[in-house]
Amino acid sequence: MDLKKINDFVWEIPKSGEMKVPARIYASEKLIELARRDQTLQQARNVACLPGIQRMSYVMPDAHQGYGFPIGGVAAFDLEEGIISPGGVGYDINCGVRLLRTDYKESDITAKRKELLAEIFKEVPAGVGKGGVTKLSRNVLKEILVKGAEWAVEQGYGSAEDLDRTEERGRMKDASWEFISDRALERGIPQLGTLGAGNHFLEIQKVDEIYDAEVARVFGLEEKGQVLVMIHCGSRGLGHQIATDYIELMEHKFGFRNLPDRELINAPFKSDMGQRYYRSMCAAVNYAFANRQMIAHWVRDVFKRVMGSAKGMRQIYDVCHNVAKVEKHTVNGKEKLLCVHRKGATRSFGPGRQEVPEVYRGAGQPVLIPGSMGTASYILVGTKEAEELSFSSTAHGAGRVMSRNEALRRFRGEQIRDELARKGVELKATSWKGVAEEASAAYKDVDEVVRVSHETRLGKLVARVVPIGVMKG
Amino acid sequence: MSEPMRFEFLSHTADAKFRAYGRNLEEAVANAALAMVSLMWDYEKIESRGKETIELRSRSLEGLLVKFLTEILYLLEVKGFLLGRVEAIEIIQPISVQSEETGAGEYVLKALLVGDNHPERYEMISEVKAATYNEFRLEIGPEGVELEMVVDM
Repeated sequence: MDLKKINDFVWEIPKSGEMKVPARIYASEKLIELARRDQTLQQARNVACLPGIQRMSYVMPDAHQGYGFPIGGVAAFDLEEGIISPGGVGYDINCGVRLLRTDYKESDITAKRKELLAEIFKEVPAGVGKGGVTKLSRNVLKEILVKGAEWAVEQGYGSAEDLDRTEERGRMKDASWEFISDRALERGIPQLGTLGAGNHFLEIQKVDEIYDAEVARVFGLEEKGQVLVMIHCGSRGLGHQIATDYIELMEHKFGFRNLPDRELINAPFKSDMGQRYYRSMCAAVNYAFANRQMIAHWVRDVFKRVMGSAKGMRQIYDVCHNVAKVEKHTVNGKEKLLCVHRKGATRSFGPGRQEVPEVYRGAGQPVLIPGSMGTASYILVGTKEAEELSFSSTAHGAGRVMSRNEALRRFRGEQIRDELARKGVELKATSWKGVAEEASAAYKDVDEVVRVSHETRLGKLVARVVPIGVMKG
Repeated sequence: MSEPMRFEFLSHTADAKFRAYGRNLEEAVANAALAMVSLMWDYEKIESRGKETIELRSRSLEGLLVKFLTEILYLLEVKGFLLGRVEAIEIIQPISVQSEETGAGEYVLKALLVGDNHPERYEMISEVKAATYNEFRLEIGPEGVELEMVVDM
């Protein structure tokens, strides 16, 4: 494949054949080598062939092969001529990250660290097929799908201040449950308020390094050693089923013969099918917002009980990293609305954007990038430049480099637990095999990923945080 | 004589890819189900306390097999059912079945699944999010059937 190096961190696949636009990859030499090993580049090229794609098919530094679109792929489509694709969002709709700050320092919680983690582990349901504590009626579920985190706040989970610091204020307005299958609804009922398993986790962290003190302060990060809580999960079986359903429905309706890859199945955004998927996807986004809202509330409760107070446990932000959104961007000097697909990518709006909460509008939005289990995570800030570079997007995590099978062969969960313990990191998990699968050695180096983001200005470094306690689903 | 291999896992970075074997299509599909659930629990340890009868339809064979694996995820999440073995399975080709809705031929899968409705009794490993069309390959030969699928993790 024709891959041109533009500079140390930018690569391009020029337009050829069926491509409507070029593809651009943000990566260092090291990361581009990893991307070459699987189908990432071919998939970026395939995305560039889709109708109505604008400017370029973008690939973030942590990208790897995904279903149709690469994970770490960003593509924006014209609303009139363009499409929407379930494969461009991913199966785990609104998989995302929420970060809470605290007034505590590491030394404040050292003695209670074990207890805190054990209590959180008790309060927050996690693991494969694990149901939640609340048995919902179908009508309540429908309300949640429409209202998202707003519903949770109405029920007493957290406060309106949390909504102010959540993407979309925790509620996508275009959501509807009307086009969601019974199966998807049924899968949504038992799983609300659960973390799930796999790469999903909840961490008690501390600030390890501050790179931009001014922005850090705006976000509520004051000093090294400050305790934070990070929650990483998504829309559970509901979102997975919506993706499965619409992939099948779109295949039946439109066929896949004209596509470079069957997995790129899509519908015109403005078509009935396109709108049905879009509105159902928005509902799954809302479900995930409500899910993280509830989990955050339980975490605060545990702090209140164990530490005596949850004072200062303000939410820093909540970001989606699997989503399609309608946003205004400038293409060829003209402002227009586009359907921006971010699959394994985080929005990174810079200063001034209306979508960014008022408290952050002068600085840019917080971008939360979780590392792999037990390694550092990063807090970045969105930039003005990212609008031009990537439709305001950057990386979302570390990205796998090793199969689960290989990880299971090489590592043992108990051994990983002991290694983390030596580094002062407590680990609680529902399965040791699951821990082995998520070994940090099976992931890319997140430090390298955020370095590329920072150097290219997709999102700038604000702080590095490291875990003290890890709960793995 | 040792039992023939039911399935094996192939290399796939982000998700899980397996190849299931069978003397016929049904056996390969049943083994594909076991391959998928082996990522989530040890099916050999599941006690036979419960059973589920299912009947699924699709316009394509690939679609039908994706539906079958999706159904197993549904049964886990909604009924807490852990598949231990596929007791009986039948796949009916479309020649004999007409969809009432479209008139087009449909594939039908009927199966009897045996397992346990008490997930809390077992160690659960990892979560499968969805069955996909990714790298789908089905080869029906005189020696037997090979079926490759990728599940999203």
